[in-house]
Amino acid sequence: MSPRTRKRSTTAVAGGLGLIVALAGCASQEEAGVATSENTAGAEIASSEIDCEQFEQFGDIAGSEVEVYTTIVDPESQSFIDAFGPFTECTDVEINYNGSRQFEAQLPVRVEGGNAPDIAFLPQPGLLERMVATGQVAEPAQAVVDNVDEFWSEDWKSYGTVDGTFYAPPLGANVKSFVWYSPTAFAEAGYEVPETWDEMLALSDQIVADHPESKPWCAGIGSGEATGWPATDFLEDVVLHQQGPDVYDQWVAHEIPFDDPAIAESLATAGGILKNPDYVNGGLGDVRSIASTEFQDAGLPILDGNCWMHRQASFYQANWPAGTDVSEEGDVFAFPTPVIDEGVGSAIVGGGEFVAAFNDEPATQAVQYWLSTGDWANLKAQASQPGWFSANLELDASNLQSPIDQLAVEQLQDPESTFRFDASDLMPAQVGSDAEWQQLTDWIASDQPDDVTLANIEAAWPQ
Amino acid sequence: MTASDVSQRTVTNATGKIDAPVQGSWRSRRRQRRAEAAAERLSKPAASTIAIIIAVLWSVPTLGLFVTSFRTVDDIQGSGWWTAVTNPLFSPFNYRAALVDSDLASNFINSFAITLPAVLIPITLALLAAYAFAWIPFRGRNTLFVAVFALQIVPIQVTLVPLLNLYVGAGVAGSFWTVWLSHSMFALPLAIFLLHNFMKDVPPSLVEAARMDGAGHVTIFFKVLLPLLVPAIAAFGVFQFLWVWNDLLVALTFASNDATPLTAAVADLAGTRGNAWYLLSAGAFLTMLVPLVVFIGLQRFFVRGLLAGSVKG
Amino acid sequence: MDWFLDAETTAHKLALMVLAIALFALVMGAILFAVDKPKRVPQWVVVLGFLGPPVLLLLVGLVYPALRTLVGSFQGRDGEDFVGVDNYAAVFTNPELLLVLRNTVLWVVLVPLVATLFGLVYAYLVDRTRFENLAKALVFLPMAISGVAAGIIWKFVYEYRPDQAGINQIGLLNQLLVWVGLEPRQFLLNQPQNTFFIIAVMIWINAGFAMTVLSASIKAIPDDITEAARLDGVSGIGMFRYVTVPSIRPALVVVLTTVAISTLKVFDIVYTMTGGQFGTSVIANEFYSQTFRQGNEGLGAALAVLLFVLVVPIIAYNVRQLRLSEEIR
Repeated sequence: MSPRTRKRSTTAVAGGLGLIVALAGCASQEEAGVATSENTAGAEIASSEIDCEQFEQFGDIAGSEVEVYTTIVDPESQSFIDAFGPFTECTDVEINYNGSRQFEAQLPVRVEGGNAPDIAFLPQPGLLERMVATGQVAEPAQAVVDNVDEFWSEDWKSYGTVDGTFYAPPLGANVKSFVWYSPTAFAEAGYEVPETWDEMLALSDQIVADHPESKPWCAGIGSGEATGWPATDFLEDVVLHQQGPDVYDQWVAHEIPFDDPAIAESLATAGGILKNPDYVNGGLGDVRSIASTEFQDAGLPILDGNCWMHRQASFYQANWPAGTDVSEEGDVFAFPTPVIDEGVGSAIVGGGEFVAAFNDEPATQAVQYWLSTGDWANLKAQASQPGWFSANLELDASNLQSPIDQLAVEQLQDPESTFRFDASDLMPAQVGSDAEWQQLTDWIASDQPDDVTLANIEAAWPQ
Repeated sequence: MTASDVSQRTVTNATGKIDAPVQGSWRSRRRQRRAEAAAERLSKPAASTIAIIIAVLWSVPTLGLFVTSFRTVDDIQGSGWWTAVTNPLFSPFNYRAALVDSDLASNFINSFAITLPAVLIPITLALLAAYAFAWIPFRGRNTLFVAVFALQIVPIQVTLVPLLNLYVGAGVAGSFWTVWLSHSMFALPLAIFLLHNFMKDVPPSLVEAARMDGAGHVTIFFKVLLPLLVPAIAAFGVFQFLWVWNDLLVALTFASNDATPLTAAVADLAGTRGNAWYLLSAGAFLTMLVPLVVFIGLQRFFVRGLLAGSVKG
Repeated sequence: MDWFLDAETTAHKLALMVLAIALFALVMGAILFAVDKPKRVPQWVVVLGFLGPPVLLLLVGLVYPALRTLVGSFQGRDGEDFVGVDNYAAVFTNPELLLVLRNTVLWVVLVPLVATLFGLVYAYLVDRTRFENLAKALVFLPMAISGVAAGIIWKFVYEYRPDQAGINQIGLLNQLLVWVGLEPRQFLLNQPQNTFFIIAVMIWINAGFAMTVLSASIKAIPDDITEAARLDGVSGIGMFRYVTVPSIRPALVVVLTTVAISTLKVFDIVYTMTGGQFGTSVIANEFYSQTFRQGNEGLGAALAVLLFVLVVPIIAYNVRQLRLSEEIR
């Protein structure tokens, strides 16, 4: 199961959508991008830009064919196909790109049926674990491991590792620790971007005093069947910033219970905004309206001045209406979730996908290798719509299409910054994609107390 | 799936049982009653008025979608669709965006390519099976018939994963074939039951006479029964059409990207474009268009089919 | 082979479609030709020719998956270990699942009753009035609408916006409330009324269907019965109560049971309106959520079996009716 992809692939409208979400799996991993089909033309990519000799280590692979099976479909798939161009020109390996909305349902079936693809892009570590458990995921070539060691942080490598064995290099990424705001509105009102959580709360109080006709925050956790996930992101963000990465890791691994006092403190901190009737829900109603507002709509009141801040991931940029200026001085932009605890400093919660190989044919390994290079990341960045980036340290932020992507990559590449993968993606499905969503929704919709909420989630943890 | 699902089933059962109070001389009285009805029609203005008011209320939600589909993005988010009535500003932009930019036109073709075989195949198979159940005596016939009828209790959801496994194993997953096949399987219990009831309505003397003349089963089926069953086939055809065209579940599970029908594409718009209500409303109306035309166009046959089944003599 | 599986262009798709129909016609034609020799071919071959293909499809498409599900309901979440009746026990003890059961009961009682009652009254009301066809077509219209479209349609009825300067309601119902001076309401959020607002959508869809069938059977009431009643001085409500309703009783039962069956299986309306949140989930929806979202295949299968079990009495009743009418014949 992939809550993350689901997050973007579901809305309340999508009637009968159970399958998009679940059986059929993620509609699309990368539709974070501003998906306008009229401008899908990728950049022209010439093979002269890359060094063909690097593929010689894989021997004579010319003429072979490699199937790449992914969740990413048209129009976002075009830039992936384009970015394979130089590889095919160098190696004469044909890439059979196969994007399917039914990816998550079909991949396990294909793998168990002995019909596995050569390469699959897995939208989250949980699925990698499941695939490794089938015994059919091949370990990557040493060259791939070297690339990952060189171009990715230890954290990222660990998410492609199962039981101590490294299997899957990371591919794309997203960053969840952002607070969207309107730079023009802030400038007009004379507000500064807050550096710490306390400053952010002070700013919220200031806004309440200055602008009684609006509210400082707007939020929405509606997402059809997956309703509640934005609240889990909020909580994860606070836990990482407030309790630090060690507690976060223990929390994910269930070394501390879900209702540990540390988590309770963070839920209270999150509730200080989400359940504060003075702070929410700008332009959308009262606290309870958070539960019924679609996450896609939740930040929009910023544009008409009814709301000032909205905590949501980098991929929210796709939801601003066409023509919105998303930049540091524009209509909307985002600042990183501010520091809560000085000892923890700046930190990022994020997500991403991973490249698994299902055989050790040289051509397959060569493809996996190519996807782990900095060359690929930069070519892909140039060919992509806004909304795509990678945690590859070789990625040059200037190749990215939008300022928010550039900011996200700066964050990801900042050695001072701690990165952690979205906790609910790493927890068992019945917690991370069910109980946590459900209980946090009740926490908001029926004003369920913090302790009851956490105890209920803890109770869902499989024994 | 809900709506047409219901209807299919009820037609079925309706035809099976409505017959009780109806007796033979019905047709002869019909003309006379028509004349009386015409007179009565004018004498029920109050009933007419109430009926029309309810009908209009029933249509208001749909009207809302229709109006919305012509409004701009900002208007949809910013004000109710009813304000457009006093301040009309209609543009076909949403439809162009949906059909051309989001390429729903190709999904329209897919819906068509899926629907036609998925209506024809199960009806043909069901006709043959219904014939066997009605007119070929064999051991265990009743038991088998009840078993087929009872298969209606299997919720479609239950079948999806096992079927997907089978298709993947056979290497045909994602193609049109799997969609056609799946729709056919799911339609059969109802179709067989419904058409069987119509078959049974045909006077045995007709079949006997043909048999006396030395006609085989196939000849009897085509020459004697088929012509009598046209209204029934049309009635079931309308429902099977609505069901397949409006289906989301089967499409999402089995159709690959190149075969995605309109419903799934519109649902997917909802998923990928988030708040793009302008696209959704136009897309939703596009999906409704063909069923509405088909239903209104074939309504006559459909009601006749229902009646034919319910007044068998 | 690829040509048969991957159709990308419009012409290719249509060609494939025509080919499929032709192929099907050819195969069926061959089978029928082979069995069309009544004197020489034994009876069982004929039966096989007529019944073989559909029965084969049913075995593969419905029977086999149903059996797999039955077995799965006694297994653990990944469908491997045998856990006995644990899954069933969970359904009847977990408070959230009990709420799901309660909702399902509400649905299966309210939708058939209200839809049938409305359909009956409406069919009687419009019978032989001036605008009968138009009025019936308008009420039947929701039947032609897919779940996706219905969800979008009702969004513009129930949508909530705060009552605040500069913000307009975009949901019709809340606008009506505001117009008469009331606060707008969160129709889909407030428990337990929200379940009823969702049920209303299902009734909206099914009433037209009930109306169509009942209208057809009202028209089929023999005139001598109504004439006799009229001569006895029965009219108006009395006619409806003592003549119309008893005459179409079989049709009423059929409509009630069939709407009930489809209501039990319904999932896309709940899914569309609330995603099963805020205490509105029903069995069919919960089956989905358990099986596909939470990967709890065992519990999902148990819910599906429960669905079977709930439908069985209705089907059994229909089968009995079927038998009775066979005997009459």
